[in-house]
Amino acid sequence: MQRIGVFVCWCGSNIAATVDVNAVTETLAKEPGVVYATNYQYMCSESGQNLIKDAIRDQKLTGVVICSCSPRMHEATFRKAAASAGLNPYLVEIANIREQCSWIHKNKEEATEKAIILGRTAIAKVQLNAPLIAGESPVVKRALVIGGGIAGIQTALDIAEAGFEVDIVEKKPTVGGKMTQIDKTFPTLDCSACILTPKMVEVAQNDNIKIYSYSEVEAVKGFVGNFTVSIRKKARYVKEDICTGCGLCTEKCPQKNVPNEFNLGLDTRRAIYIPFAQAVPKVATIDPNYCTKLNTGKCGVCEKICTAGAIDYTQKDEIVEQQYGAIVVATGYNPIKLDNFEEYAYSQSPDVVTSLEFERLMNAAGPTGGVLLRPSDKTHPHTIVFVQCVGSRDVSGCGKPYCSKICCMYTAKHAMLCREKYPDTEVYVFYIDVRTPGKNFDEFYRRAVEEYNVHYIKGMVGKVAPSGGKLKVQASDLLNNEQLHIDADMVVLAAAIEPDKSARPLATMLTASMDTNDFFTEAHPKLRPVESPTAGIYLSGCCQGPKDIPETVSQASACAAKVIGLLAKDKLTCNPCVAHSDELMCNGCSSCANVCPYGAITYVEKEFRQPDRTMLVRRVASVNPAVCQGCGACTVACPSGAMDLFGFSNKQIMAEVDAICK
Amino acid sequence: MENLEIARELERISGVNPRKCMKCGKCSGTCPAYDKMEYHPHQFVSMVETGRIEKLLESESLFTCLSCFACVERCPRGVEPANIIEAVRLMKIRPQNENHLHAEQIPELLDENLPQQAIVSAFRKYKK
Amino acid sequence: MQVNDNKDFQPTIVAFCCNWCSYAGADLSGTNRLQYPANVKIIRIPCSCRLNPIFILRAFQRGADGVILCGCHPGDCHYTTGNYYARRRMSLLFSMLDYLGIEKERTRVEWVSAAEGAKFAATMNEFVDAVTKLGRNHRLEDLRCKKQ
Repeated sequence: MQRIGVFVCWCGSNIAATVDVNAVTETLAKEPGVVYATNYQYMCSESGQNLIKDAIRDQKLTGVVICSCSPRMHEATFRKAAASAGLNPYLVEIANIREQCSWIHKNKEEATEKAIILGRTAIAKVQLNAPLIAGESPVVKRALVIGGGIAGIQTALDIAEAGFEVDIVEKKPTVGGKMTQIDKTFPTLDCSACILTPKMVEVAQNDNIKIYSYSEVEAVKGFVGNFTVSIRKKARYVKEDICTGCGLCTEKCPQKNVPNEFNLGLDTRRAIYIPFAQAVPKVATIDPNYCTKLNTGKCGVCEKICTAGAIDYTQKDEIVEQQYGAIVVATGYNPIKLDNFEEYAYSQSPDVVTSLEFERLMNAAGPTGGVLLRPSDKTHPHTIVFVQCVGSRDVSGCGKPYCSKICCMYTAKHAMLCREKYPDTEVYVFYIDVRTPGKNFDEFYRRAVEEYNVHYIKGMVGKVAPSGGKLKVQASDLLNNEQLHIDADMVVLAAAIEPDKSARPLATMLTASMDTNDFFTEAHPKLRPVESPTAGIYLSGCCQGPKDIPETVSQASACAAKVIGLLAKDKLTCNPCVAHSDELMCNGCSSCANVCPYGAITYVEKEFRQPDRTMLVRRVASVNPAVCQGCGACTVACPSGAMDLFGFSNKQIMAEVDAICK
Repeated sequence: MENLEIARELERISGVNPRKCMKCGKCSGTCPAYDKMEYHPHQFVSMVETGRIEKLLESESLFTCLSCFACVERCPRGVEPANIIEAVRLMKIRPQNENHLHAEQIPELLDENLPQQAIVSAFRKYKK
Repeated sequence: MQVNDNKDFQPTIVAFCCNWCSYAGADLSGTNRLQYPANVKIIRIPCSCRLNPIFILRAFQRGADGVILCGCHPGDCHYTTGNYYARRRMSLLFSMLDYLGIEKERTRVEWVSAAEGAKFAATMNEFVDAVTKLGRNHRLEDLRCKKQ
C-alpha cells in the first residue's frame, strides 16, 4: 500500500491569497493512499524542507506530492530534500498551483477547486512512480568555440588557461572578427588593433588551442559531455603548414579588382590574399570566385612566385570529425543591409556610408591610410551628418525592433574623433534618444557635446538627396520645432546590427533555441545568461544579443567559467527518465529506431524461453540509457506497446488524464 | 476631459494608436510641407495623444498637409501620422454639414484656391 | 454541429504541454499574471512527440470536452524533430476523430515557445471559448466510466 505525503505551499501570499490552502490540504488528505497532508508558508525554505524530510522519516512515506510553484523552479530542490531523507528523488511529484493556478485566476473558489484537481492529478501520478537511479556518462575534456571574434578568442583563452583543450572554428581566413575592422574603442579611445592583435597571437601560440580558420561546422551529433562535430575545412588552395605568409603572391597576382571585404569594398585586393597584415594564421588564401587559374586553368603566377611551394590548386574541402564536451557559440553580428532605407540614399551616393565603413575610412590601415576623405572625390568633408537608429527600434518591418545598443557610443566616438582630427569640420548627430548606460559612457558622450562641440540634434533625418556633389539632408529638430536643411559632404548611418546569418542553421544543428530576431535564447535571462537551454551549449558575445566590447569580453569569460565547470567533471549524471523496452512484447520491427533522433536504440539477438520450454532467438530493441534523452518519440511509434518512458510512463499519463477528467 | 474623449474618438476614426510613437521626429524630418504647417506631423500625434485638440481643429495646418503619406511611409513605429491628420480633418469637416462633395461637383470646384489635399481626400472619401 | 445554449456549461479541457517550450510558456503567462479560464488543466510531457494518441482518446472517453497539444515551434524542438512527429500524428488522429464526430474545434495543436506567455493565455482563452460554444462532448464518452 502506498503511503503518500502531500505538502501544500502558501508561497507567502502568492498561492494563499487566491487558493484556500487549508481546504486543499483537507481535501487531498482524503485521497486514497494519502497518509499525511500539511501546509506551510514557504515549503522551499529550510524549515519547509525539514518538514518534508521529517514527514518522510516519521510517516515512512513512499511518495511525496508538493503543491507549490512550477517544477521548473523547485523540482530539483524538493528532490534533493527527499533524497537526503532516504526517499528516491524520483518519487516526488510537483503540482504546479502557482504559475498555473493562483497567478492566473482571481476567483478564490475556482482557483481552490483547480488546485485540488491539480493536486489529485499529481497524487494519481505519484502512485505509479518508480524509483529511478540516474546513470553517469563521461565528459570529453575538450571544448569547441564556434566563431573567432573577440568573444570566441576570450572564451578560448580562458578555457585554455584552465588547462583544457579548445578548438576555434572560424569561417573567415583569419580570427579577430569585427574588432579587427574597428579603429578606436570607446570610451577610452585606445586603438582596437593594439589591444586585439596580442590576443590573436596568444591564441595562435597557446598549446591548448587549435584554430580551424576558413572552416565551418557541418554537423553536430551527441549531447552534453560528448558531442561529435564535423568541421568542414574549406579549400584555401594554399598549404597552411608550408605558407610563410610572406605576401609575395598577394602582390604579384594579376587579378587586381576583387572587392576587399576587410575594407567593406572601399578598395580592392587580389584573388590571392591575406586579409590584413596581422592576420592569424598569417596564411594566404585563394578566392575561388576570382582566381583565373581555378576558373580557366591559365595563369598560375602565384605558384611560380611562391618560394615555399605552398600553392596547391588541387586542394579539396576536407571534413574533420572531432569529439567535444562543450560547445560555445560565438557567431557574432553584422550590420543590416540598408536596402529598405532608400531615403538615406545609401545606394545612390558613395558619400553615404555606414558606421563600419566610416571606421575603415578613419583607420590608419584602411583604404585611405587614416585620412578622412570622401569616397566619391577624395576630398576632405567639411560637414558630416551622423544618423542614429537606422533600422534599430523599427517595428514597421523595414528594420529591427530592438535597440542595437552600441550605436550611441560609437557615433559619439566618431563625432569626437572627427572634431579632434579635423577641427574645421561641422559635425551633426541626429538622435532619438542618447542611450549611454555604462561606466564612463555618459561622461564620454557629454565630452563630445561640451568639449568637442558636436551638434547633437533631437530629431530624425527624413531624407538625404545627392545634389551637385553635396548631400542635401532634410531633418527635424524637435526641440526647436523646426525643419533643418543641411548641405552635407558626408552622411554616416548607424545601421542596426543583426545576428550573423550562419546562426540560424547552427541553432538547428545544436537544437539550441532562438528568439524571433535570431538571437540565441539564454537558459534564464537573469540567472543563467551565458548558457543555452540545451545542455552543453554556451553563448558568448553578440550571438545572444547586441553587446559592446567590454560586455562581450565579460560574457566570454563568464561563458568560459561555465565551460570549465563542466569540463572539470569526470562524469555527468544522466537523466534517468529514459525509454526502455519490454523485451517480451518487442517484435523487433525497428519503428522505434527509425524515429530516434539520437540513435540510442540498437537491436540485439536474444534467447527467449517459450511456453513449450524450447528456446527461441528473437531480435529485440535495446535502449542505451546514456544516449537516450527521453523525448518519448519511440514510445508512440511502437506498435506493440513495448516501449515506455521512465518518469512519464503510459500508465502515469493515463492516470493524470483520468484524474483531470473525473 | 472632454478633449480626451475627442482624442479617443480621433484614434477610433484614424485607427492609429498615438502611444506607439517614440518621438523620433522622422515624420517631420521627411515632411515636404513642413514650413507651411503651424503644427507638424509629430505634433499632431502628440497633441492627439494628450488631448490638445482645439488648437489643432482651428489650425490651417489641417489643410496644408499634402496627404502625401511620406510620414506614414517613413515612420519606424507604424504610427501613421497622416491618418491622424486626416481624422482631425474629418472631425473639422463633418460637423459643418455643408461641404459634402458629390463626384460630379468636383470639376467645378477645381480652382487654384482649393487646397490640393481636399481633392485628394475627397477622391479617397467618395471613391465608392 | 450542435450549438450550446447552456451558459453555465464549464468544459473540461486537457492541455498537454512539452516540458521545454510550452510548459515554460504556460509558466510565463502565470508569471505575467495573464488570465485564462480554470477549465484548462495542464499535463507536462517531455516533448510533444511523447503524446500517444491513446491519451487523447482516453481523455475524450473520460469526458473531456477539448484536448490541446502545445509544443515547440517547428525547428525549435529540444529533441530536434519531436514536434514534426507530433504534428503528423495529430493531423491523422484529428481527421479520424472528426470522422467519428468529435468536431475539429475540440482538438488542436499549437506551437508556443517559452517566451510566448501571452500567446499561451490567448490560445487558451480562444480554445475554451470555442469548446464552450460546442457544448458537452458525448461522442466518445464511455458511460461505464461514469459509474462510481
